[in-house]
Amino acid sequence: MSDTAPPPGPLQLLVNGILHENPVFRLALSLCPAVAVTTTVLNGLILGVAVLAVQVLSSVTVALVRGAIHPRVRIPVYTIIIAVWVSAIDMTLAAFFPALYAQVGLYVKLIVAFAIIISRLEVFASRQPLVPSFFDGLGMGLGFLLALVTIGAFRELLGNGSFAGIALVPRPLLFFALPAGGFFSIALLMAFFNRIDRAASGGAKRPAAGGSHHG
Amino acid sequence: MADLRPARAAAFVPLAIVALFALPALRPTPLPAQGGTPHAIVNARVLAPDRVRLQFDAPLARTDAANFRFTEGSAPDAPVPVTHVESGPDGSVTLTVAQTLRASERYHVEVSEPPLSRDVAPSAWMLLLTVFLSSALINNFVFTRYLGLCIFFGVSKRVETAVGMGITFTAVMVFTAMSSWAVDTFVLQPHHLGFLQVLVFIGTVAAVVQFLDTMLKKTHPALHKGFGVYLMLITTNCIILAVPLINAQAHASLPEAFSLALGSGLGFLLAIFLMSSAREKMELARVPKSFEGLPIAFALAGLFALAFMGFSGLDFLR
Repeated sequence: MSDTAPPPGPLQLLVNGILHENPVFRLALSLCPAVAVTTTVLNGLILGVAVLAVQVLSSVTVALVRGAIHPRVRIPVYTIIIAVWVSAIDMTLAAFFPALYAQVGLYVKLIVAFAIIISRLEVFASRQPLVPSFFDGLGMGLGFLLALVTIGAFRELLGNGSFAGIALVPRPLLFFALPAGGFFSIALLMAFFNRIDRAASGGAKRPAAGGSHHG
Repeated sequence: MADLRPARAAAFVPLAIVALFALPALRPTPLPAQGGTPHAIVNARVLAPDRVRLQFDAPLARTDAANFRFTEGSAPDAPVPVTHVESGPDGSVTLTVAQTLRASERYHVEVSEPPLSRDVAPSAWMLLLTVFLSSALINNFVFTRYLGLCIFFGVSKRVETAVGMGITFTAVMVFTAMSSWAVDTFVLQPHHLGFLQVLVFIGTVAAVVQFLDTMLKKTHPALHKGFGVYLMLITTNCIILAVPLINAQAHASLPEAFSLALGSGLGFLLAIFLMSSAREKMELARVPKSFEGLPIAFALAGLFALAFMGFSGLDFLR
């Protein structure tokens, strides 16, 4: 993605973030919170919204000031930009959703160490103008949000027998609400997405999810 | 140190943990003297859930409830009623009080005849050991709090690199936690700048890592050659930021912050060592196509997490 190449269209960027380069299932980035807070749909949703907001705001900020950042100090500058937005989102959530925040508070603060956000800034927002950067951030954030909600729904349904707090199944499997169940849920969902991907590509050789590790 | 291979160094970790388990047993316990009136309360500790065991140096004459006054360390003016007193052999007395007691809290007990008093508190070593073991095993950051997963899955393909990462991580963890603790205690808290925590801690972590990298390169080039590659990866590990945040939230004292940092670092080392050993074996296994790569690694981590749940029964202050 060099400076001369025309940026892809907004729709393409959105689909890319949600499907082909889904941060959790395809890139295997920022997994910590993806397992930690997804015991219920609502927890997954609130962290997903926080990440979406931080990703879009940081992408936009970097795209706006990218001319002024010296390449040698870009990583510290990105980190500071992310940390500022994380602090802002953290305080907003603490003020408006205190009950949910009590459960996910630590993980909201840890968004600052998420590899996904800084890697999008480095790969995309630092080289593209405002509008494509906005849609790239939106796509990545939505991809992350959807992944968290999917895992959250899976675990809440199996582990708690409910969806967003509404009881559905009479006898849940407590295992999926436990820490170990989180790991197994992700393993099953990732394998499921791999299977679909292989079926869709007609058995063509494509790198498996998480084939590349980016810290 | 330069030729100390990481894999060999890791073999000492379980030994160190066993040694720590044995430490409390080595504490000398004074033998109670026979006969006469008691001159001191030799030992006092809380037995869950509502009993306190006192050890006198001679049998106590008056063992009725009115002879004892029991208070919480934080509220010395409001005594907790003693409901039952039971004297055992060798001058030991067990009080039952009308309140649920916590072994990690401080209490104070007074005897009116003969006039004796003593604080009931866990020893500082015991507290630190609890913090350490809790962060390393019971609440292992990887298996029960799901932190540091990116590096945990990324660097656990070979035992040697995994152990190198674990050792570097533990060392850096202690340095960053100590500096963040200092910044939090001496700058942020006195000036009520708590809202800057995230910004300041990530800056501190980045600065300490950069500092260690430069120092190591200049002073111990051989060591830097072995462990330098892991240093830069560490800033993307969430645990390194989580520990300062947890310390700040709990207003931890310096020794507590230190043992949390050491415990979480060694816990991470243990986790990544176990995982890499299992993943090396899995290279030979036939894994279903869809599960190849990360999915099977997650399933493996799930099995380890299940095993680590067994540690939740560990409670040293009982």
